[in-house]
Amino acid sequence: MTDKKSRLKNGMAIFKRTLHGSIVPVVLLIAWEALTRSGFINPQILPAPSQVLLKWIAYLKPLEPYDPANMSYLAWLFSGELPHDALASIIRVVGGFAIGAGLALPLGLLMGGSARFYQLMNPLVQLLRPIPPIAYIPLAILWFGLGNPPAFFLISLGAFFPVLMNTISGVRTVDEIYIRAARNLGARGATLFLRIILPAATPHILTGLRVGIGVAFIVVIVAEMIAVNNGLGFRILEAREFMWSDKIIAGMITIGLLGLAIDTGMDRINRYLLRWHRGMDQ
Amino acid sequence: MNDLSSPQLQIEGVSKVFGSEGTEVVALKDINLSITAGEFVCLLGPSGCGKSTLLNAIAGFSLPTCGRIVANGAEVAVPGPDRAMVFQEYALFPWMTVAANISFGLEIKKIPKAEIVEKVQTLLEKLQLREFSDRFPKDLSGGMRQRVAIARALALDSPILLMDEPFGALDALTRRSLQEELLRIWMEFKKTIVFVTHSIEESIYLADRIVVMTFRPGTIKQVVPIDLSRPRDVASNCFITIQKQLSQMVMEEQMRFQKDEVEHLRA
Ligand SMILES: Nc1ncnc2c1ncn2[C@@H]1O[C@H](COP(=O)(O)OP(=O)(O)OP(=O)(O)O)[C@@H](O)[C@H]1O
Ligand SMILES: [Mg+2]
Repeated sequence: MTDKKSRLKNGMAIFKRTLHGSIVPVVLLIAWEALTRSGFINPQILPAPSQVLLKWIAYLKPLEPYDPANMSYLAWLFSGELPHDALASIIRVVGGFAIGAGLALPLGLLMGGSARFYQLMNPLVQLLRPIPPIAYIPLAILWFGLGNPPAFFLISLGAFFPVLMNTISGVRTVDEIYIRAARNLGARGATLFLRIILPAATPHILTGLRVGIGVAFIVVIVAEMIAVNNGLGFRILEAREFMWSDKIIAGMITIGLLGLAIDTGMDRINRYLLRWHRGMDQ
Repeated sequence: MNDLSSPQLQIEGVSKVFGSEGTEVVALKDINLSITAGEFVCLLGPSGCGKSTLLNAIAGFSLPTCGRIVANGAEVAVPGPDRAMVFQEYALFPWMTVAANISFGLEIKKIPKAEIVEKVQTLLEKLQLREFSDRFPKDLSGGMRQRVAIARALALDSPILLMDEPFGALDALTRRSLQEELLRIWMEFKKTIVFVTHSIEESIYLADRIVVMTFRPGTIKQVVPIDLSRPRDVASNCFITIQKQLSQMVMEEQMRFQKDEVEHLRA
């Protein structure tokens, strides 16, 4: 009874919040629609939202009618241009991120854990860190040519430094009291590192991973504009050549949705892994 | 190990100097103390008199500048599970559940799994933590956390228990109930306990002997044996007489501490 009631109340609260949060976007969309329809704004420059939506659906839809002889229904459903582009971009982000974070994490743990190794590596890291991944584009093309390799290179580079820096600081700022308590309980060496220092550093490390995947997502769009001929970044640049502003915006919206999905996923993972963390409940 | 003829814990001519030349702080100076097996000793003194420094030296976290400490028949060089410590800030591992915190030390000792489970269960019962075994420390009250910290230290089966103001952050009622619980544990497990506090009442309630320390340099001002039978009545005449006597001693050191602070501010 009370459970039902409270759930209803909760539902109402969420509904109210959603309603409240959608006021500004809805007003903006209406104004935008009105301005373009009334001819105030050239639709070539800025198409109406309704037009963008139609384009987005067209971009999403399969190009050919369904033919069971050709492919399965699911494959057909995702045979449109947008699913292909999105998938290509996702594979690049995930792959590049995996490479970058996969290298940064052990290096960061080593640098954080060993003062001597830190002194050895830190000057180089500090020198390379401020160089934005975008600045590596010419070199990336020179080294790897065009196609996926330079894209993966740039994306992993983008993910590398946030993960590295946060991992180092996470390990270095582990509260001394945990290390003392663990040593008192007899922990040394690898046990101390894996069971105390590593978990104590996870909040920092996860922050690094989250920032890293965000940067990877930025870099993938840039890399696709330059080195490859599919993916969301490529598609919106291609659309510009034909002055398809509706398609540009449709692509941008897709990028936004994808970024949101990635961030939400990371947030879920964070919440699960940090369920012990004090700042994590509400 | 509980050989009564030789002390469980022997502190010989221990001094500890912090800082470098010019800014030296003599935290401990020529401390000599011998603690027998099963004794409950309180270190009492105002803030900054070196209580934690001495305890950390016994625990092996920071070794004395000169002198030596012999615990369980071996000279202290590194921290180890033969001198289990309970910290004021609980120092529970927040990413481990209550049960995992307690079993951590046992896993390191490579004790068989079944035995660990059984032992953790016993300790959870003993410290009234059974319902909390799968909780994380952040979900526990201060008193509960300190129970877990005590259980974690007890799991090690170490003959010596070191406690640095373990109940300092707790409210009066929780504090009293944990003091009673500690006394029960002490009697049941026959531990040797070195307990740091700056509460005079707490030290008289708990200790066999109270070691009153001086402020800068940290030395032993006096060792006061408490011969009252347990459970002790904090309102009894004897208790209050001892309390007055100790207050006098601690107050003198407290004044020196305050004078030092004032001079520090002037400088
Ligand atoms: N790592 C350190 N470096 C320099 N000085 C220190 C260090 N640790 C302690 N001291 C100094 O040594 C003295 C004794 O400190 P200690 O922490 O042992 O005091 P305490 O009796 O435990 O005080 P409290 O009751 O406040 O915990 C203090 O004057 C303190 O400033
Ligand atoms: Mg202290």
